[in-house]
Amino acid sequence: MTLTPDDRLIRGLAADLKPVRRLPSPLLRAFGWLAMVAALAIGLASFADLDAVWQRIIAAPDMWLAVIGSTLTAVLAVIAAFELSLPDGSRGWALLPAPALLLWIAASGFGCLRGWIVPQSGVAALGEARDCLIFIVALSVPLSALLLLMLRRAFPLYPGMTAAIGGLAVAAAAATLLNFFHPYDAAATDLAVHVGAVAIVVAANRALGGRVFGTLIYAPIHVTEGEVAAN
Amino acid sequence: MTQGLQPNVIALRAEGRLLPSAFGFMPTRETRLTDPRMARAEPQNRSADDLRRSSQMAAAQAGDRAAYETLLRDCVPLIRIFAARQGVPADHLDDVVQDVLLTIHRARQTYDPARSFTAWLRIIAERRAIDLLRRFGRQRAREIHSPLAFESYADETVDPALNSDDAGHSNRVKKALTTLPERQREAVQVLVFDERSLAEAAVATRRTKGALKVNLHRALKALRVKFAGKD
Repeated sequence: MTLTPDDRLIRGLAADLKPVRRLPSPLLRAFGWLAMVAALAIGLASFADLDAVWQRIIAAPDMWLAVIGSTLTAVLAVIAAFELSLPDGSRGWALLPAPALLLWIAASGFGCLRGWIVPQSGVAALGEARDCLIFIVALSVPLSALLLLMLRRAFPLYPGMTAAIGGLAVAAAAATLLNFFHPYDAAATDLAVHVGAVAIVVAANRALGGRVFGTLIYAPIHVTEGEVAAN
Repeated sequence: MTQGLQPNVIALRAEGRLLPSAFGFMPTRETRLTDPRMARAEPQNRSADDLRRSSQMAAAQAGDRAAYETLLRDCVPLIRIFAARQGVPADHLDDVVQDVLLTIHRARQTYDPARSFTAWLRIIAERRAIDLLRRFGRQRAREIHSPLAFESYADETVDPALNSDDAGHSNRVKKALTTLPERQREAVQVLVFDERSLAEAAVATRRTKGALKVNLHRALKALRVKFAGKD
């Protein structure tokens, strides 16, 4: 009367079975996270001088194109992250935010080439640029934590990629929200700082999130019946 | 559902005991699966086997252990086929099977019964197979498989005198064992000499795990007392 390892594992898993609530669709869950970001945006908007923000953004096409680009990047990247977090999610989803990301980078880069300064703004000095960096990184911490918690409920088999795309969504959302408190024109220092901030957030998410998902995927399982200890 | 050790799935299928009708207590899922609108949403033709697996997984999500156990057993040959197609060597197929079974268990909340279970399983099995091939590749790059060199290598720690001494010890242990009550002797036999797990030993001796533990503990205590004076 010998049990094969498969038999023992199957018995153990069946004994461990608890009813689960099926996850809502990735799109729905992505909109859940975006709703939290929107709530944060409304909160931040109450502290901002909205008229000045509006005047500055519509003053030059590259300014509003950059805002549209970063917003779209956040929306598409978070949808991609939730799709990737499914165990059978296609890797192709990682390309979803690419067009928006290109628009964002192109519009911001174009701002540096513009020969005149947008009214109600100046070119950021290095110290002010550092504030932008701190703002993006600090805002990214709670947004990343929320997103990783939400992504964790699924079971990403591409943990690093899922976390990196999630990080892109977070960084893009933080950069979009930065516009409320950003009376600067798009200059080279500013662009460099933004790119740096986004890179930091994406890298941190990839490293941390990859580890969070990794422990989820490769965690040892202890099943009482049959004394199975696998992986 | 039968609790047989290796149930013949094909026989059960022939008896009609694995058909989805066994889960008629969930009318909504049944209707969803046969709903023509769902069929449009899922363009590929779903086989009867696939529909059955879907409804079994749906039942497992609701906590039905019997359906879950049947489904997992049904998955094992499929996983072997999918993994072998990815080029996993035959002696590593069991590892992939165990990885995939664990993945199914942990990701069961992400499965949507409106979609093909077999396709879901195939993608997971292929990804886990590739994971294993990568691990395997890394291992092969670091370690050398050379059984002859291993076998012809002289073990310097072996001392023939020690061996004969060991034999003397084990004879004494065997003699001491005969003085123990029958139940204690049996516990030592199955757990120590036969090296069975508690669960297996419990089945073999028709005693509870707790009783076996107590018997083994008492036996060891008695032996310790017996040898304390002599050694």
